[in-house]
Amino acid sequence: MAVAVVPTRLRPRHLGIAATVLGAAVVAGVALGPASLSPGEVVREFVDRLPFIAVNSGLDDRGSAVLWQLRVPRVVLGALVGGMLAMAGGAYQGVFRNPLADPYLLGVAAGAGLGATIVIALGLSSGLLLTAAAFAGAIVAVVATYGMGRAGGSVSSGTLILAGVAVASFFTAVQTFVQQQSSDTIREVFSWILGRLTTGGWSEVRLLAPVVIVSGGVLFAVRRHLDVLAVGEEEAATLGMRADRVRIVVVLAATLGTAAAVAVSGLIGFVGIVVPHSIRLMTGWSYRVVLPLSFLGGAAFLVTADVLARVVVSPAELPIGVITAFVGAPFFAVVLRSSRRAA
Amino acid sequence: MRRLILLVAGLALVAAACSDAATGRSTTAPTPSTTASSVATETPAYPVTIDQGGRTVEIAAAPERIAALSATHVEMLFAIGAGDRVVAGDLYTNYPEAAADLPKIDSFDLNVEAVVELDPDLVILSFDPGGAVDALAAVGIPTLLFPGAASLADAYEQVRTLGRVTGNTEEARSTVADMQQNVLAAVDSAGGSAIGASVYHETDPISFYTPNSNSFIGELYAILGLVNIADAAADEFGSGFPQLSPEYIIDADPEFIFMAGFGEDPDSLAARPGWDTITAVREGRVFLLDTDLASRWSPRITELLWTIADAVRAAN
Repeated sequence: MAVAVVPTRLRPRHLGIAATVLGAAVVAGVALGPASLSPGEVVREFVDRLPFIAVNSGLDDRGSAVLWQLRVPRVVLGALVGGMLAMAGGAYQGVFRNPLADPYLLGVAAGAGLGATIVIALGLSSGLLLTAAAFAGAIVAVVATYGMGRAGGSVSSGTLILAGVAVASFFTAVQTFVQQQSSDTIREVFSWILGRLTTGGWSEVRLLAPVVIVSGGVLFAVRRHLDVLAVGEEEAATLGMRADRVRIVVVLAATLGTAAAVAVSGLIGFVGIVVPHSIRLMTGWSYRVVLPLSFLGGAAFLVTADVLARVVVSPAELPIGVITAFVGAPFFAVVLRSSRRAA
Repeated sequence: MRRLILLVAGLALVAAACSDAATGRSTTAPTPSTTASSVATETPAYPVTIDQGGRTVEIAAAPERIAALSATHVEMLFAIGAGDRVVAGDLYTNYPEAAADLPKIDSFDLNVEAVVELDPDLVILSFDPGGAVDALAAVGIPTLLFPGAASLADAYEQVRTLGRVTGNTEEARSTVADMQQNVLAAVDSAGGSAIGASVYHETDPISFYTPNSNSFIGELYAILGLVNIADAAADEFGSGFPQLSPEYIIDADPEFIFMAGFGEDPDSLAARPGWDTITAVREGRVFLLDTDLASRWSPRITELLWTIADAVRAAN
C-alpha cells in the first residue's frame, strides 16, 4: 500500500460520531415505511419493550407486527450485513495490501453466488445450507484468485485484481448456466443477485448474527497484526509475527463473514470498498481505527441505502444493490484516481 | 397531465369491461384497437389479412400445421375446434388432454430452426423473445404475435381473430358467447356480496409485483366489485402490475387473498412474519388458485372467475 500506515488508537470522538450516524440511520429505518405508524406510537412501543416498563403504545396487532416482524429485523439485518461487508472489505484491503480489494473484485461474491444459486436451483433453499454453500463457493473463489494472482512469486495489486476478474467471470458464467437450467427458480435467483433485505422476519438475523460475532471478533482481534503487516513482511518477521498465518486467519474470517452476508442478502456490491476508504480518508490508515469504524459505518450506510430503497418508489422497492452501486461506482472512480496518483 | 391520461384510460377499460359483462351477447362490439377483425365474414375467404399493430400478416389458405407456442393459444385453438391442426405447443402446454402429448418448444429461449423443422404453415407466439417474428417471416412462415391480454375484451378478440385465421369463425363466435355468458353468470352468482371488499391477488411471492384493476387478472376482481389493494399503489410504467411490499400489504389489510401458487400456499403465507394479522388470514379467506388458470387468458378463465365468485359468496 502506498500510503504509510501509522498505528493509531481509536479516538472516542470518531467512535461517537460513527455511533451517532448509525443511530440516526436506525431511527430512520424504523420510522419510515409504507405503513403509516405514528412516531409517538413507535417510541411508546419501544419503551414498552424495556424491562419493567409497561405502557400502552396505541399500536394495534397489525402495527406491532409491521414494526417487530418487518421493520426492526430488516434494520438489524441491514446493519449486520453492511457492517460485515465493510469490515471484511477493510480486512481484505489490509491483507492483500491492495486498496481496491473487496469481496466483489476478488471473486468472493461470485463464488458465494454460485454456491447459493446451486442450492436455490435444487430447491433446497434452507438457511443453513444456503450459507454453507455460499461459504464453500466463496472459499474456492478466493483461493483461486489468490493462487492465480501470486503465480510468479510476489502478489502485485494488478495481477490480483486481474485474477479476481477472471475468477469472478468464470463463476458468474457457471452460475448463469445453472440458473438457465432451472427456469422455475430463475426469479428467485435474479432477485437474490440484485441484493435484497426484504425477506423479513428474524430468521436471517438469527442465521447471520453468530457468524458476524465470530468473524467480526476475529478481525477485530488481529487489527494490530494488520498494521504490522502493512509495514512489510520482513518487519513483521523481525517482530516475531508469522505473516502467512495472520493472512490465512484474516482471509478465512473475512470470507466467512462475507459469505454469510451474501447468503442472506444476495449480492450487495461496493459496501466493502466505499466504506473502508471513506473511513481511511477521514481518520487515517491504521487498521485499529479502520476496522471498527468500518463496521459502524458500513452498518449505517446499508441501513440508509435500504431506507432509500423502500422510500424512493414506495410501496415498490428498489433492489438495494442498485442504491449501493449508484453511490459506490462514482466513489470507486475517485478511489482509482487518487490511488494512481499516490502510486 | 399523465395522471389525467391514466384516468381516462382506466375509465375506458372499466367501460369496456362493463359493456362486455352487461350485454353478454355474442355480437358485442369489438374494442377499437382491433379494427382489422371487426369485419365479420360468415364464410372465411382466404387470403385472410391480419393487422398486428402495423405489421400485416397474410394467411394464404386455411393453416393445417399450426405451431402454437403459447399454452393459452393452444387452449383457444382447441376450444374453437382447430385443435387437430396444432402440431406443437410450448413448455407449459398441458390442456386439453389431447394437447399434452404435442411436441413442446421452449418459447422463452426460442430456437427458430427448431420451429422451422416442424414445417408449420402458421406460428403463434405470445411474446417475441427477440427477433423471432422477423426470423420466421424471413423464412416465409406467417407468424402471429398475441401478447398477454390486458382485458377480457382483449381475450375475446384473440379468440375471434383465431377464428378468422383458422376459418372456424362460427365456433370462435360461440366460444366467445359462452365465455361472456359465463362471466355474466358468475358475476350474478356473487350478487352484490363482494362489493367493496378488499382483495390482494398474489402472483409474485418474491418481489410482490401485483395485478391492479387495469390488468387482465385484476379485471376479474373489479367486475365482481372487489376493491384491489394494488389500485392505491403507484403504477409508474402503466404495466398494470405495480410492485408492493409486505409492509404495504399488511397495512392495507385485505379481506380476501387469492394466491396463484408459485410454490406458496395459504399455510406458508400465514407463516410469513406479520401476515397472520391480516383479516383475510385471520378469518380463513385465503384461497389457492390454479396456477395455470391464473396465468392464462384462455376460455377457461371463466373457471377461475367462478372459483373467485364462489369463494366470495361462501364467505358472506
